This record gives sequence, structure tokens and C-alpha cells, in this order.
Amino acid sequence: MRHVISILVENEFGVLPRVSGLFSGRGFNIESLSVAPTLDETISRMTIVTSGDDRILEQITKQLNKLIDVIKVIDFTDQPFVEREMAMIKISADMQSRAEILRIVDIFRANVVDVTPRSYSVEVTGAPSKIDAMIELLRPMGLKEIVRSGPIVLGRGPKAWKNED
Amino acid sequence: MKKTGSQILLECLQLEGVETIFGYPGGTVINLYDDLMDTPINHILTRHEQAAVHAADAYARATGKVGVAIATSGPGATNTVTGIATAYMDSTPMVIITGQVPTPLIGNDAFQEADMVGITRPITKHNYLVRDVKDLARIVKQAFHIASTGRPGPVLIDLPKDIQVASTTFFYPDTVELRGYKPTIIPNPRQLDKAAEMILAARKPVLYVGGGATLSDVDKELMILAEAIQAPVTTTLMGMSSFPSRHPLSLGMLGMHGTFYANMAVTNSDLLIALGARFDDRVTGKIATFAPNAKIIHVDVDPTSIKKNVRVDLPVVGVLPKVLPGLIERLQKDPETLERVVASSQAWRNQVQEWKEQHPMTYKNTKATIKPQYVIEKLCELTADDAIITTEVGQHQMWAAQFYDFSVPRTFLTSGGLGTMGFGLPAALGAQAAFPKRQVIDISGDGSFQMNSQELATLVQYRLPVKIVILNNNFLGMVRQWQQLFFDKRYSQTCMELPIDFIKLAQAYGAEGFRATKPEEVEKVLRQGLETPGPVIMEFKVAREENVLPMVPAGAGLNEMVLS
Ligand SMILES: Cc1ncc(C[n+]2csc(CCOP(=O)(O)OP(=O)(O)O)c2C)c(N)n1
Repeated sequence: MRHVISILVENEFGVLPRVSGLFSGRGFNIESLSVAPTLDETISRMTIVTSGDDRILEQITKQLNKLIDVIKVIDFTDQPFVEREMAMIKISADMQSRAEILRIVDIFRANVVDVTPRSYSVEVTGAPSKIDAMIELLRPMGLKEIVRSGPIVLGRGPKAWKNED
Repeated sequence: MKKTGSQILLECLQLEGVETIFGYPGGTVINLYDDLMDTPINHILTRHEQAAVHAADAYARATGKVGVAIATSGPGATNTVTGIATAYMDSTPMVIITGQVPTPLIGNDAFQEADMVGITRPITKHNYLVRDVKDLARIVKQAFHIASTGRPGPVLIDLPKDIQVASTTFFYPDTVELRGYKPTIIPNPRQLDKAAEMILAARKPVLYVGGGATLSDVDKELMILAEAIQAPVTTTLMGMSSFPSRHPLSLGMLGMHGTFYANMAVTNSDLLIALGARFDDRVTGKIATFAPNAKIIHVDVDPTSIKKNVRVDLPVVGVLPKVLPGLIERLQKDPETLERVVASSQAWRNQVQEWKEQHPMTYKNTKATIKPQYVIEKLCELTADDAIITTEVGQHQMWAAQFYDFSVPRTFLTSGGLGTMGFGLPAALGAQAAFPKRQVIDISGDGSFQMNSQELATLVQYRLPVKIVILNNNFLGMVRQWQQLFFDKRYSQTCMELPIDFIKLAQAYGAEGFRATKPEEVEKVLRQGLETPGPVIMEFKVAREENVLPMVPAGAGLNEMVLS
């Protein structure tokens, strides 16, 4: 089963390999990982998408909590959350396909960020499934390159995750 | 007043109460070693960095204090890796300091550069690369705190040469501020209530005691608990000295080479109370048939140990010195109930007694060849109760666990988790440095001994009167045993063809050596060896193809033991 975990870590040298090394060393999956500083700039937030049964997820959260640089682990399995991912997609564009590409961009509320006579580069944000869907529609035009950020998530409701919680 | 990085480090060590350290110098710690001369810290120069770490590890295991070892960068630092991994697996509180090339050179493949923080990340509780001398005192403070609290473990500080020379105002913080590190010490009282209820409802309880009990010195509390509920007690290799082997409730060790009765008791129990043990695969055998009818209470300070390998009915996170008194208090609140419960488990104790009589821990002695088990039994008779026994890894280690009676905590120092051959001799060195007056004995095999035999020099130089018992079967015995049982006796690369003259080896280093080749010489050689001052090797030419029994073959259930 797919799980999304957010991790608040000390914004310090060498923290990323501690987390990624834990996953590889113990045979846990990382489907995606994103990391950036938070409101409190001494803290970074990682979002990791992983998979496994309940027992594995329990081990993952416990093992993460055991790392000295990990301040908090938030498992979104049983909580409502908003999930967004960003993708930038470079597509071949010729006279015939240009209009169709723009229509798809419009439908997905994406933006064109770069244009050349032979290509469009578009930016799209949404749930990973929305991005998958858009990619499938664009595939027949000729996908040249895709960069995805990996999902980030935010819990729903007024409560915010800070280190004091 | 300003101090240099190396002065600050040494000052911090003294403030942490460090008296003895183990190490080996080199280019990137030369400043540190220079300043060391001006401190009262006692430094023991081993002959290999691995040995320095094992010695510091054993010093910590024997005393309960944090062990400290130093090595230079590059090869010195990489030589510490096996020692660090050994300490990590057995949760020894340690601080290892390695020199590093100057900060501007880091990452340039400089002479004797190795990325120690990268290399030791998975085998340390935490590690640091010091990048500013202003951080050093705080880092040392944190390192000692992390190493010695919660589930203890080794912490490495990688200290570049330029940081050792740079100076700053010295200030040692009183407290540690680590928002990501708050181990749960005090157990949840409701979990203790439930644990007490489960214990009072059990009819076939077993206490399963691991290294956590040894590390937290709860032998007294453990005894009170065991006697209060009259439950049989089995220990892991690491828990061995926390409960006296000769106590009527003792089942000895469980697991692959555990006693028949310990494995039978665990398999048939209705409640398993795990105290500071982690259900290692050498302990559980096949998980599917492990204690199939038992409810499991698992007490551990490390939440990751709980439910990692086996299902657990009641997890209790906390340290044993807080858990056990709480539990005992609850159980003794109502003496009548407790008495009734104890009476109701009498049938269980009778059953356990039957198992003990059915297959006691034994071996067949002979007149012709020395049996290794016999040497251990005799050694046990001739040594003091508080003698410290270290071992290497192999058959001799298991025989030591099976046939030596331990009654004093922290007297059995062995590499349980990593199973490191070459641990025992430097470990004996470290333990003897901690307790110069006590008997310290390394029980060794001829294979393991040769992994760190250079430490004989250290023993002689520092007048550490360690006694070494070599059970010489001219084989890598434990591997040979597996080859005999599971590979049709195809002894691939386990015969140590070249017979070593261990007596001459001892003499070459300025130590003494004695040899026994016949059973009737065993006692004499042991007495002679133990009475001779200074380091001594006692070599016993033992039955070459003796096996460690009982044995639960890998992958089999605990009750499927090979008994003979
Ligand atoms: C450093 C290391 N290398 C290899 C092993 C694998 N191993 C486990 S026991 C053993 C044989 C040990 O032989 P010896 O020290 O002579 O003891 P014996 O089993 O004969 O008592 C070996 C090779 C190990 N545990 N540690």
C-alpha cells in the first residue's frame, strides 16, 4: 500500500543521506522524496512516498524517529491531506499538434513556460493522478522530457505541524 | 581563555569523567596526542585500531561507563569499523574519535582521507564531522549524552586536523538540547497495569532476558520479579550474567545453542515476558513456530525493537530500572492473589523440572582426549565469582555460555550481535585495564585468537595480567560443525593446517605459556596458568570434531533440536 510521510528534520549538513540510507539499508522503498526548508529555517521538511504493509510502515516511522536529526514524523495514512505534485513537460510541437497541445494545457489548467518552433514546455500542478492523465494525453504528440517534483502534502484543517506539536 | 580544538576535546573528556582511553596515533591526530601528554588521562596504545575499539567497548561493558577510542584518519579510521559495528550491534555506549584531513582538503581524495561519517552512518547511533572549532564542546557533550542514554550505542566524532589546531573560548554546556532525541525512559503506567494483569493471568510464564538487562544493571530487580512470580528465567548470550546460572529458576540460554529446557519452556509457555531482548533470529528459530501459544509482553527502551521480528501483545517502552520496580509494585500490591497465582503455576515449574532432568546440559567426557566443555567447567571451578570472561566467536564461545556459571553482572563480555572473531583478546585487555585486580580470562579458539594476537604485546607492555584459554581444535570449529552437519563433511577451508606453537608465541611477546594435551593435565595447567603473574596463554589440545549441542538447525523451530 502507498503511504505518504512528512518528516521534519534538522536543516543540517548530511541529514539527507541519514534518511535515504535508512531506507536503502533496511530495504524500504522510496517512490519519491522532496525536501526544502520550512517557515522555521532551522528545520527542513521532507515528503517521502513509500509503500509497504502496516508492519513495514510501523518500522519505517519508528526507525525514522530513532534518527537523532529527525524531529518529527507525520504519517498521513489515517489523516485527510491535500497532495500536489508539479511536473514540467517538454513536448514536440508541429503545425498540426500545436492547437491540440494548447487545448490539453487549458483543460488541465497548466501553463506554457517555453515555446520554440518545434516544442512546447508546459508546467502543471496537481494530484499525481492528474499529472499521469495529462501525460497520457500528451504522449501521442511526442513526449521529449518530463521532470516531476514528487508529491508534497499538507494536512487538512487548521492544525499545523510544527516542531512543538 | 582560548583553547585549541584538541585541548578542548581533552578537557571535555575529563569533564565527562573519562580516565582511560585506547588508541593509536597518526598524522591527523598528532596534535591531539601532543596535548594528551599534558593531561592525566591514561592512554593505552594497542597494536591495531580495531583492538583499541574492542578494548574501549569492553571497558564500557565491564564498567557501565562510556568507552573512548582514538584513531587517525584514513586507514586508522577504517580499521575501527569492525569495532564500531560490534559495539553498535551490542548497544555499547562509546565515543570514537577519528582524525580527519584538514577541512579545506576534505573531498579531494587527500592523503589518508576516508569519509568516516559516510562509512559509519549505518553502524553508529549518531556521528559528527566537526566543521567549526566553536561547535566542538557542544558536539562532545551531545556525543556522550547520546551514547549513554536511551538504547546506548557508539557515537563517532570525526575531527579534522585544522579544527584541532584552531582555537576558541572554551565553554562546556551543562545540558544538551536535542529536539529530535528524547528517548522514552518512563513507561506508560497503563501499560504496566496491563502487564501486571497479564502476568497474574498466566499459568506458564517465562522471563526472557536480554542485553538490555545487563546494560541497565537490573539484576536485583530481575531477581525480585522472578522470585515473586516464580517464573523460569532464560537469558540471551547478552543477558547471561544478569541472572545467576545456578539459581533454581534459571534455564540458561535459549536459541540456536540454548538448553533443551529453555527452548522447550519458551515453546510451551503461555506468557513470554521479554526484558531488553530483541528476538534475534538466533534466538527465535523459525518465527512461525516460536512460542506459538504465548502472549508476548515486550519491554524495551528502543521502540524499533518491538514488533520488528515477532508479533507482540503488549509493548512497553521504557528503561528496565523504571519498568521493573513499577511492575513489581503492582504485582505485590495484593499478596494473596500473587500467592494463588504462584501456586497455580506449580504444574508448569514441575514440567520445566522434568525437562531439565530429561536433557540436562551435558557432554561425554573421555580419558583419551580433552573435551573442550571439560576445560570450561574446570576453569569455572578454579576462578573467582567476579572473574570477567571474554570470548572470541565460535564453538568455544557457545561452550563458555553453556558450561561456565555466571553469577555477577557484567562478567561475560562477548560479541553477540555481530559475532566478531578477534573481539575477545582486546576485550580482555579493556576489561583488565578497568579492573586491574580482578581475574580476566579470554576464552578463545585457535582461529579467532590469530585475528588479534598482536595484542599480547599491549598486555605485556601495560602489565595487564590477562589469562588466555585457547581451545585448540586446529579447525575453524563452528564452521566445520556446519559443514559436517549440513555439507556432508566437506571441510572446505576450515582446517587450520599449520599448527601454531602458541607457547612460543606467548614467549616471543614476553608472556608465559602452558599446554595440556591430555585430560589429566587440564587442571594442573589451569592452576599453573591462573597462578602465574602477568599475561599467560593456556593452550588445550581438544577433541577436534566435538560439536556444540543442542543445536537448532537454521530455519527450524526452537523445539526441533538436534540433541546428540
Ligand atoms: C571476523 C569473522 N570472520 C569470520 C567469521 C565466521 N566464523 C564464525 S565462527 C568461525 C570459526 C571460529 O574458529 P575458532 O576461533 O578456532 O573457534 P572454534 O569454533 O573452533 O571454537 C568463523 C570463521 C566470524 N564470526 N568473524
